[in-house]
Amino acid sequence: MKYRNIMTIRKLTSLALTGVLLTGSALTLGGCSQKSDDNANVLYVYNWGEYIGEDVVEKFEEETGITVIYDEFETNEVMFPKIDADPSEYDVICPSDYMIAKMIENDLLRPLDWDKMPNATAYTGKTYLEQAESFDPGNVYSVPYTWGTVGILYNTEEVDEEIDSWSVLWDEKYYDEILMQDSVRDIFAVALKYLGYSLNTTDLAELEEARDLLIRQKPLVQAYVVDEVRDKMIAGEAKIGVIYSGEAEYTREENEAMAYVIPKEGTNVWIDAWVITRDTHHYENALKWIDFMCRPDIALENFEYIYYSTPNIGAMELMDEEELENETLFPDLDNYDNLEAFDYLGEEAEAMYFELWKELKSAD
Amino acid sequence: MSKTSKHTAMLGLPYYAWAIVFIIVPLFMVVYYGLTDKTGAFTLDNVMAIAHPAHAKALWTSLVLSLESTAVCLLLAYPLCLVLARSGKSSNSFLVLFLIVPMWMNFLLRTYAWQSILEKTGIINTALAALHLPPQHLINTKGGIILGMVYDFLPFMILPIYNALAKIDRNVIHAAHDLGADDLQTFLRVILPLSMPGVISGITMVFIPGMTTFVISALLGGGKILLIGNVIEQEFTLAYDWNMGSGLSLVLLVFIVINIVIQMLTDKDGEGVL
Repeated sequence: MKYRNIMTIRKLTSLALTGVLLTGSALTLGGCSQKSDDNANVLYVYNWGEYIGEDVVEKFEEETGITVIYDEFETNEVMFPKIDADPSEYDVICPSDYMIAKMIENDLLRPLDWDKMPNATAYTGKTYLEQAESFDPGNVYSVPYTWGTVGILYNTEEVDEEIDSWSVLWDEKYYDEILMQDSVRDIFAVALKYLGYSLNTTDLAELEEARDLLIRQKPLVQAYVVDEVRDKMIAGEAKIGVIYSGEAEYTREENEAMAYVIPKEGTNVWIDAWVITRDTHHYENALKWIDFMCRPDIALENFEYIYYSTPNIGAMELMDEEELENETLFPDLDNYDNLEAFDYLGEEAEAMYFELWKELKSAD
Repeated sequence: MSKTSKHTAMLGLPYYAWAIVFIIVPLFMVVYYGLTDKTGAFTLDNVMAIAHPAHAKALWTSLVLSLESTAVCLLLAYPLCLVLARSGKSSNSFLVLFLIVPMWMNFLLRTYAWQSILEKTGIINTALAALHLPPQHLINTKGGIILGMVYDFLPFMILPIYNALAKIDRNVIHAAHDLGADDLQTFLRVILPLSMPGVISGITMVFIPGMTTFVISALLGGGKILLIGNVIEQEFTLAYDWNMGSGLSLVLLVFIVINIVIQMLTDKDGEGVL
């Protein structure tokens, strides 16, 4: 009897251990979706977290009969290695500008057949297509999906001053009240703009200066996070956070005391756009997906759920005055002469950024 | 060899196949990547990269935090196991209930739950505020990470120690008393030595996951405290440098191997091995 008890405990222990090991491997293997049938009427979509209207995937499936396998990523840098390892793992992806440039340079994308995307052709605003040429000359590979800025979100009930500069992120009275983006390019962009440099600099001295500035800020920072900035700000965990404009608008819906500002030193203006992978097995379905996203009613539905500015003129015509006058979503960018989009900087510069980032994360 | 024992040996085949595909092959891949550069040429640079100040510091932090949480687990687990082992069989159901049930919940979820417990506006600080006590800075600290490790790994300390203690024949303890040993002497010279295999096994099972975690430090450290697990994860995901990531994993593997060797040396009968 005693022996059996011991066996039970052993078995339970090993079961429990297996559970933990499996959880661990599930974490690392999470994104490896299996694909057995290349001819099935399916579409593998890889998008940012919470970056689509709630019912949009379902509507697409209903209207087209295509089964969508939908996965999410948190940063461009996490997405890239997966696609580089296997450019057929997903069919359609929504990366940011500089990452699209990198994917084009690494030959991971397939040119789009615009003739098969009437909505994309008709409703994508010209200004945005022109802006997109900075990372995708000729608009060969990508259709803009959302655009926005990076700025400071603060709780006006907790912060007495009117914030207009990145300098507030180094103000010691906000000790443990600041949230920064846990993402290499975004966090360095803040320091570089504050110092008056380009956020695309590859000058080591400028970057080291930015690193030192960020290390000096580290004790004041409550946490380096990505999606949690939004939830922590709403919950009142922090008073000030660096955030994307769409996320900022979401927090304002939850709490009217939130204010979003584009600092006077300038910031990053970005575009996220749909692209199709080089080795896609479902090219036609992917084109249908992109075109579906550009249909005005769908673009509007996405906009109203995710709160990121849309480049879709059809959707903008459907919006009411109040939405169009929202300065967080549709800021008057003519007031700034120091806005920049991220460029792809090449592997050498990326390694340099990563090295400095490690030094920042490792600092006390 | 009789026919039956041949057949019995066959029963292990599915596991051997599993082990080759999912343990041996990946291990060789890690070794291969770790000892080569991007062009595939042999190099020790990826392993030597542990000397990089950021990496060495992360390794040291991991070592310290992991040892600290192992010590806390041991201090919590051993007395509890003494009580449980003494109270006999009926305590088994108690043990199962209180240790195994929380483990049915996803480990990630439980760690997220700690986030909302420890936060500035979390459960503990809300309670403190209600009692007009000053708020405590709990999350995004090393203490927070240790707490997460202790919570997640404590069962792995309790179970082997309990297992070892429950196996001790009561007659041995009676004999010690009969021969004039008092409680302390019995504990130090009989119970403790006999339970050491369980203790060593428990230490291994807490120390190793503590050394390698990157999730707990990410969620409860606010991204401000870099452990070696985080460095390796970022090499694979952010820097996309599998060679460097594998090289650093090999360094970590050395610690794990040392730990297992110690366990094997102190536990020749395999009693504490699960």
